Amino acid sequence: MIEVRRLVKNFGLKVVLRGLEFHAEPGEFVALLGPNGAGKTTFLRILASLSRPTLGEVRLAGFQLPSQAAAVRRILGVVSHQPLLYGDLTAEENLRFYGRMYGVSRLESRIADVLEMVGLSARRRDLVRHFSRGMQQRLAIGRAILHDPEIMLFDEPHTGLDQEAAAMLDGVLREVAAKGRTVVMTSHDLARASELATRIDILSKGVIARTVTRQELDPAALPALYRAVTHG
Amino acid sequence: MAEAFSRPDRAPVAHRGARGYLRAVSAIVWKDLAAEMRSRELLGAMLVFALVVILIFNFALELDIRTRETITSGVLWVTFTFAGTLGLSRSMAIEKDRGCLDGLLLAPVDRSALYFGKALGNLVFMLIVEAIVLPVYSVLYNVNLLQPGLLLVIALGSIGYVTVGTLLASMAVQARTRDVLLPILLFPVIIPVLVAAVKASNGFLQGLEMAEIWPWLNLLIGYDVIFAAVALMVFDYVVEE
Repeated sequence: MIEVRRLVKNFGLKVVLRGLEFHAEPGEFVALLGPNGAGKTTFLRILASLSRPTLGEVRLAGFQLPSQAAAVRRILGVVSHQPLLYGDLTAEENLRFYGRMYGVSRLESRIADVLEMVGLSARRRDLVRHFSRGMQQRLAIGRAILHDPEIMLFDEPHTGLDQEAAAMLDGVLREVAAKGRTVVMTSHDLARASELATRIDILSKGVIARTVTRQELDPAALPALYRAVTHG
Repeated sequence: MAEAFSRPDRAPVAHRGARGYLRAVSAIVWKDLAAEMRSRELLGAMLVFALVVILIFNFALELDIRTRETITSGVLWVTFTFAGTLGLSRSMAIEKDRGCLDGLLLAPVDRSALYFGKALGNLVFMLIVEAIVLPVYSVLYNVNLLQPGLLLVIALGSIGYVTVGTLLASMAVQARTRDVLLPILLFPVIIPVLVAAVKASNGFLQGLEMAEIWPWLNLLIGYDVIFAAVALMVFDYVVEE
């Protein structure tokens, strides 16, 4: 589903990704861990077609980036720590706007379903700028799943959420994974990652330095392993 | 909850072709207008600024009626240009501030649709400001501005201004110093539009022959077409990381 070979990304003289290799099978939930500056967000932005690779090959569902970016965007849902929502539009209007951009069919009933799913039906006519951070993130998830994507990218989605909102997000993530979507999530939260993911990749110094499968995963030993990989 | 993920008609595919392109453009225009109807941030700032500028000119230039007619086109275009810069800057800042630009760039539409959507929205705001400024100016300066020829020049000049301005605002918004950067980038590039618009406006206000005005109108039309084509080709690279 996702195939990345020898990926290099430079910003000027700064090399952020150094020949990164990555793959994810359909239905796999990969948690991407790593310290600040390891290149997690850069990698996710390349997968999302928001940034061009300097070198290397990136394919999602058989489509190559950046040459087939439009096809990739059709099957991709992205949630970042920014909500990508318009504060002066209501929850419903934000989804209507993105629904029209994605050409979602039977849009009004789809919006109703999605708002129900993220628990915002009662606030559908409220302006997003009046929403709490947690509510904005819930609506951001609604925005990302509106076109029912096959691949979902989550960039530190729990950032700034209270416990209730984070638990709600976990529920959504499980739901996404249970329906066979391929998920890649960056996080600093080792416990949450080991609970949700089917595989953990530790990114350090621009490459995947260690991969831990669900079978190999020992949640108690993960912090020590993480420290050893990222400080080693 | 499961309903949102397991619809039998899952993966509603993005629209393609001309219809999809137009739907994306109209969605962006609708979004900009709906958001502005609520906040009135952009139009409010543009309008207040434009009215203050023409008031200042009115008090600063205590001129006779004949001289007023000769400076009208210059005063009008200086006002539109400065007020327009405020609008362009704010219009792109709204996209950048909450990461909404990424939201637009993630949509499976040709990126030129994003450009034309933003440009059309900016043009609507510019025309609204002009529609309010013109009667106020007419009253203050006692000059009749409701002439079809002049209105055509204002429309063509505004299209040229917004065509280049939207492209450069998309570039400037990536920088921390975007508010300063936009006029520095924009003003040198729009000099041909301003010169042609001022000359053509002056021609209509002075009642010159069409033969004298046509070259300036042709320049405006040519500029509009060329820069729309340039924007179409380079917008993808301008917004790319």
